[in-house]
Amino acid sequence: MNAPPVRRPFAGRLDFEHGQVELSHGSGGRAMAQLVEELFAAAFRNPWLDQRNDQACLDLPPGRIALTTDSYVVSPLFFPGGDIGSLAVHGTVNDLAMAGARPLHLSAGFILEAGFPLADLKRIVESMAGAARAAGVSIVTGDTKVVERGKGDGVFINTTGIGVIPEGVQLSGDRARPGDCILLSGTLGDHGVAVMSQRAGLEFETNLESDSAALHELVAVMIAAAPGLRCLRDPTRGGLAATLNELAAQSGVGMHLREAAIPVRPEVAAACELLGLDPLYVANEGKLIAVCPPEDVERVLAALRAHPLGAAAALIGTVREDPHYFVTMETVFGGNRLVDWLSGEQLPRIC
Amino acid sequence: MKYIDEFRDGATARGLARRIVQEARPDRRYHLMEFCGGHTHAIYRHGIPNLLPASVRMIHGPGCPVCVLPIGRLDQALDLATRPEVILCSYGDMLRVPGSGGRSLLKAKAAGADIRMIYSATDALTLAQRHPDREVVFFAIGFETTTPPTALIIQQAAQLDLPNFTVFCNHVLTPPAIVHLLAAPEARELEAVPIDGFLGPAHVSVVIGSEPYERFAHDYQRPVVIAGFEPLDVMQSILMLVCQLNEGRAEVENQYTRAVTHEGNRKAQRLMADVFEPRPVFEWRGLGPIPHSALQIRERYARFDAERRFPMTERTATEPRACLCGAILRGVKKPTDCKLFDTACTPETPLGACMVSSEGACAAYYRYGRYQEVA
Repeated sequence: MNAPPVRRPFAGRLDFEHGQVELSHGSGGRAMAQLVEELFAAAFRNPWLDQRNDQACLDLPPGRIALTTDSYVVSPLFFPGGDIGSLAVHGTVNDLAMAGARPLHLSAGFILEAGFPLADLKRIVESMAGAARAAGVSIVTGDTKVVERGKGDGVFINTTGIGVIPEGVQLSGDRARPGDCILLSGTLGDHGVAVMSQRAGLEFETNLESDSAALHELVAVMIAAAPGLRCLRDPTRGGLAATLNELAAQSGVGMHLREAAIPVRPEVAAACELLGLDPLYVANEGKLIAVCPPEDVERVLAALRAHPLGAAAALIGTVREDPHYFVTMETVFGGNRLVDWLSGEQLPRIC
Repeated sequence: MKYIDEFRDGATARGLARRIVQEARPDRRYHLMEFCGGHTHAIYRHGIPNLLPASVRMIHGPGCPVCVLPIGRLDQALDLATRPEVILCSYGDMLRVPGSGGRSLLKAKAAGADIRMIYSATDALTLAQRHPDREVVFFAIGFETTTPPTALIIQQAAQLDLPNFTVFCNHVLTPPAIVHLLAAPEARELEAVPIDGFLGPAHVSVVIGSEPYERFAHDYQRPVVIAGFEPLDVMQSILMLVCQLNEGRAEVENQYTRAVTHEGNRKAQRLMADVFEPRPVFEWRGLGPIPHSALQIRERYARFDAERRFPMTERTATEPRACLCGAILRGVKKPTDCKLFDTACTPETPLGACMVSSEGACAAYYRYGRYQEVA
């Protein structure tokens, strides 16, 4: 993208079966123009991209504008239920959706490692295009860089998203109040465990798929059902624990969960048990946490459960006053514990 | 897939909690040490302290292999890892532990050392086979649980005649550490005996059996109940210890009968005996030197011993002066008694042994129990 208009065909078409990314694909010359033309522009096709300008000029509907950016470095690149391409669309769309915004446009920046198979790149780009189409967003501008072999991990993708927040919608992480209810839209840990099951050195067999999905339509029905909704956030890296600690600190409140109410698939619980991980800290890519006033909880829950992406939604806890902003939990076992921030990376325990 | 929920049933837990309250006399003290970090973790993760009456107090022992590894040994591993020909591999827990000068394996890896996190000992052997041009060193740590797998890969390396594989052995033994705790100066002083009974290790006992605990249960008159790692196992074992103390018994009882036998796993024991022999003495972080408390590789497998293949310099490191880990590991102090706890010493910046791994007493308390102190 950002390449000059192409006036004449290239000597031969790119070999998407056996070809590889080469340094020249990022150097601004004819090779780059060809990659943009035959891969990115073809897959992402839309009026803004077709203009072949260095920027997209957008007419946006009225309302506040939400802007977000995220970089994707997942390993492995392909996992059950998705790949880095679909993830790069869903993650950014969801960050917009958590403000109640209608996601409209994305940019896409690719950092490719020389030697990366063009077939895999095509698969990723097509998956990204499919995810964008399904979510109703257009990828309107982009960039490609190629780094030497050994200086990247195949593909890194950055997406920036822009969306518009309809009049009257006020969602923010600092709005949780004591007495509010905390809801979770579905099972925890599916994405993290699905990705880990494919990781080198840790392969284990599972039918589990990543939950990677765009959540803005789910958010729209929730807002329609309960305009008093206070905050939404998607529990990605750091999982539910990190996200709730963020919200508690932002709002200056404590939170208390009931472990028995938190939905976790048996296969996720089993994998976490084997690896010494805690599902509360495992990443999700298609789940959201909602905080709402108690009088709205039934309406929000009903709206969530009526949508396929919220079918397993549950009321998992309440907001309360706490000068230390602690997130605590009544365990299934009947005791209480702190649900702290993750320290460092979650690493498997020895015994 | 089941086998998890059954051992975490809330109603059963409350029933056991009621029975502990009924059995435990309010006028006497039940200071029970769970030796294993696995138990410490389970106790806090499931909120067990809230379910116990005031007279029953759990004391968190030194059974976390990452925590008790002295900084000097970690520094030696870091020295190995920075040799250009070496691929150093170890378990995930070990990577974050700070050595001298704030170094850690994770930081060394970020700085370019070839350090790999592995999930089982056999991964180390596979690495050596895949990289014949490199020296693969397995940084082996752990109690009797992780020792048989290390023994097995050393035997396999011998069968394969692998020239590029060695083990930096830091395996330690449970029974000498428990005896050391009971014989420590604090324990000998009158009215200062901090430990009334032991929750015996789960996985360690699968290997060594319940028999090795019998002598010290008798000699020191302390009951031992070998307990599984599930929270219901822990609750039931606490009840069994309370009953023994009430009845004036000091026996070894086995709650974890679904996995532990009297004689243990003979095959694993033979494997260990073939490859390893006791070291005359080994330094434990927080506890100091303990005789015959660790293993070294026998002469016949010397070529797989990293300490013999590579020049190793003895490294000594000093612990922060205010750190109370030694006293905490011996059950004399609680994490919150330490001035460094939650001030200078946190899981992000651990200064003492008990904070470095989630199984350490201070880290488990920090992560799961801290809210109680300020509430």
